[in-house]
Amino acid sequence: MYSESFEYFRPKTLAEASALLKKHRGARVLAGGHSLLPAMKFRLATPKALVDIGAIKGLSGIAAKGKAIGIGATTVHAEVAASKLLQRSCPLLPETAAQIGDVQVRNRGTIGGSIAHADPAADYPTALVALGATVVVRGPRGERKIPAEDFFVDLFTTALKPGEIVTAVLVPVSGKGTGAAYLKHPHPASRYAVAAAAAVVDVANGVCSRASLVIGGVSATPVRVLKAQDALVGKKPDAASIGAAAAQVEALVPDPMGDVYASGEFRVHLASVLAKRALAAAFERAKKG
Amino acid sequence: MRFGVSITVNGARRKHEVEPRLLLVHYLRETLGLTGTNVGCDTSQCGACTVLLDGKAVKSCTMLAVQAEGASITTIEGLAKNGKLHPVQEAFREKHGLQCGFCTPGMVLTACHLLEKNPKPSDADIRHGLEGNLCRCTGYQNIVAAVKEAAARM
Repeated sequence: MYSESFEYFRPKTLAEASALLKKHRGARVLAGGHSLLPAMKFRLATPKALVDIGAIKGLSGIAAKGKAIGIGATTVHAEVAASKLLQRSCPLLPETAAQIGDVQVRNRGTIGGSIAHADPAADYPTALVALGATVVVRGPRGERKIPAEDFFVDLFTTALKPGEIVTAVLVPVSGKGTGAAYLKHPHPASRYAVAAAAAVVDVANGVCSRASLVIGGVSATPVRVLKAQDALVGKKPDAASIGAAAAQVEALVPDPMGDVYASGEFRVHLASVLAKRALAAAFERAKKG
Repeated sequence: MRFGVSITVNGARRKHEVEPRLLLVHYLRETLGLTGTNVGCDTSQCGACTVLLDGKAVKSCTMLAVQAEGASITTIEGLAKNGKLHPVQEAFREKHGLQCGFCTPGMVLTACHLLEKNPKPSDADIRHGLEGNLCRCTGYQNIVAAVKEAAARM
């Protein structure tokens, strides 16, 4: 399948890329292309110009930055999944990356591309919101740091302004007593999440001191289950408190998305089951960490 | 609009002016005449179009030829050396790891990538590693046996 014709640019610097985006109205950023190119082949997306950021130096790689770890926008999923630094310091992210698509997709797809595309069934958004990650973007007016929670605005819609490009994602280093887990029910063909749950918990002296539970795949953007926090914080993490927290999922999404593969009702049910398992796994890991 | 690309394919540097929307798989098949790389689903799922890009398995239907600028690509045509099949190809032949053969080039190249990273994979590792390649004949049993055999030979 061929996409519509477009103009193609391969800038060497971010400033150049930003200027090109501004000059060519409706131009799109191309990184790994694993969200954008399929959409263009189906002509769901028909940009008149593509700005390929693949040749810009310094946009790829994983490095410690103070109390956070920075992941460059064009870092591919396979690299995140295999990163020893992340496995040690923020294991939720490599666990999530390893579940994206398949081997070939993980060799090309990028973290920046995935989040800028903001597919409601993508894996990174759910995990990044649960982690309290920060998205770093650069545009004509300089750099902005956007909390992941505010970055995902709606279906395929982010807080990016015209001319802005995602340059990195910052994730917090998890401390002692922190446990996390990302679980999904993958669509058997596309491997996108039919439903997903990410849990990040802190345990001190056998009592839960923080519980961040986020579900994905059921609505336009990742949904934070705020009431799960109330059900868990200050309590001993056991089957009763975890069950009570996960039960909040069903009540939370009044109008879940459904499609030919899975009804909204089924997705929410899956999400609540995954939430329970993710919380249990996160608490188990917190005990060991 | 045409864009110049310079790509090393199976060891030989190739230079062409291409339309930016030309997919890598069509560049390989139509511009270079290397039809061993197949187009299956054309939607990044089946893996029939898998090639090695700088040694890593990628789906050439989900990549523009212009994105491969400066890269080194191996297609199924580039695996055999001096008329001798690659050990993975040899093992697929021996263990009957193919029926209709359509998915085979992609299976073989993904298996090469898998064995490069994990020279002694378990059955589960092989099945997980080949997750991005579909065989519509459902000949997975022998494909897994072939990859195991290749691992033993390499």
